[in-house]
Amino acid sequence: MSVAGESVGRVRRIAPGWWFVAPALLLIIVFFLGPVIAAVGLSFTDFDLYALADPRAARWVGVRNYVRVLHEPLFWQALRNTLYFAIVGGPLTVAASLGAALLVNARALRWKATARAVFFAPFVTTLVAVAIVWRYLYHPRYGLLNYLLGYVGVHPIDWLGDPNWAMPAIILMATWKNFGYNMLICIAGLQSIPRELHEAAALDGATPFQRFRHVTIPMLAPTLFFVVIVTMIGYLQLFTEPYVMTQGGPLRATTSLVLYMYEEGFRWWRLGVAAAIAFLLFLLIVIFTIIQRRISPRAGT
Amino acid sequence: MSLSRGQRDRVAQTALHSALIVFGALSLIPLLWMLSASFMATGEASNFPPALIPQRPTLEHYRDLFGRLALGRYALNSAFVATVTTIAALCINASAGYAFAKLRFRGRDRTFRVLAAGLAIPVQVAMLPLFLLVKSLGLVNNYGGVIVPGLASIFGIFLVRQYALAIPDDLLDAARIDGASEFRVFRSIVLPTIKPVLATLALWTFLATWNDFMWPLIVLSDDRKYTLPVALAGLVGEHAQDVELMMAGAVITVLPVLTLFLFLQRYYVEGVTEGSVK
Repeated sequence: MSVAGESVGRVRRIAPGWWFVAPALLLIIVFFLGPVIAAVGLSFTDFDLYALADPRAARWVGVRNYVRVLHEPLFWQALRNTLYFAIVGGPLTVAASLGAALLVNARALRWKATARAVFFAPFVTTLVAVAIVWRYLYHPRYGLLNYLLGYVGVHPIDWLGDPNWAMPAIILMATWKNFGYNMLICIAGLQSIPRELHEAAALDGATPFQRFRHVTIPMLAPTLFFVVIVTMIGYLQLFTEPYVMTQGGPLRATTSLVLYMYEEGFRWWRLGVAAAIAFLLFLLIVIFTIIQRRISPRAGT
Repeated sequence: MSLSRGQRDRVAQTALHSALIVFGALSLIPLLWMLSASFMATGEASNFPPALIPQRPTLEHYRDLFGRLALGRYALNSAFVATVTTIAALCINASAGYAFAKLRFRGRDRTFRVLAAGLAIPVQVAMLPLFLLVKSLGLVNNYGGVIVPGLASIFGIFLVRQYALAIPDDLLDAARIDGASEFRVFRSIVLPTIKPVLATLALWTFLATWNDFMWPLIVLSDDRKYTLPVALAGLVGEHAQDVELMMAGAVITVLPVLTLFLFLQRYYVEGVTEGSVK
């Protein structure tokens, strides 16, 4: 490609560096960056089942897909659901991560390595498999969760069957699954806080809680902020949990943007419409990324 | 009344370890219950109060899964896809990561910046045209279509580059002066030096591929070719009532990656902390 073409005339030998990066670059261009650009084009066509059989059947329709999607109540619901999941789930996950990190990092704690491995284990598991496990944990009659909540006097909740509870249930499950990952980053952040700061505060008579409030939190704030945003961006791509646990229901309460895109694109084969949804999702992620870059320029050290 | 220092330490210790037990239990209960229910007799898990331990442990669901439901085939499919992806991705991303760190060529930094920007683009944006591309290459319902698009990973290149930056140039130059080719330098000096990050990358790639769901779901249409997660998601559609059977299926899916993690967690953890320093 242009990689080789550029050096043919001027330099006799292609710089060895290009040979080393060529396979990766080629694959990324053909299978990622190229398709991303093609997605823009696709979103301006009426590509559908007929075009799938014969691509010439696809016609240019301008912004019609976007207009159509923006007039679709389901799009707005999917957007709300996705934002709900990201904006509540992101901070919740990071709060759990921070709690676990403080615990593992406590000097008096024994079995540190074991604790860290246990907290991290859910993150390694296969999402489809544990989503199925949680489906049963959430069972309104036989589920372990309602049984345990019964001990503290909570009446059985129809976790996945009640439109008001389905998204909180998915958030809870995602928090369980993912907090271990950010915990590791929080631990690294905690360990980078100079010990003298804590010692000085202790000397001034600060209680452990005051030290947490006035030393740990301010020192960790940039890391925490970075981690929250990155987690939210990941959560904007919610798909597998609703696909496996609720099929987007009940009453569409857990249909996320990606699930909506998947249904339009790969169930009804309206690829043009689906590409428009994908791009609106991309836009949303760009907004989150800009916020992150603005507020913490030295990303996550 | 004030406590002595020793007493206060003991109270703190107890509080700390109680918190540890609660947190640890919350992490493990879903997984332990999955394991326990997979050995229960059919219907035992659908009781009130919920059964925690199987009354008479049975392997019937595992027999059923590997026999009648041919889950062994899906496990092999998954193992095949994950292994091939890992080996190929390792070669591709290691050489690129090294070159971006240590070799000088025109346009290197500009190219790298483009890649870095690409990190912000969610894969779902590429998925629809990618599907059409894979289809036109005749790779739908083919493992090639599952494996090839994900081989080159910007994250993987970043990870290797970050690590390779620390290789001293003198080491490489010495070999070059001795007449070694660039490929030779890479194979006999660079690769041994960056072994730890290669282990991290291999583990990450393997686990991510094994766990991946959306892309194999889109590409694979013939159910004999399904990977484990896709097969499991299909199974739960038909057998949602068979809690114990589904739990055995979940155990089979999760156990390989969990075992791998337990033995190699050091490399995994390093990946997280390195990867977060973008």
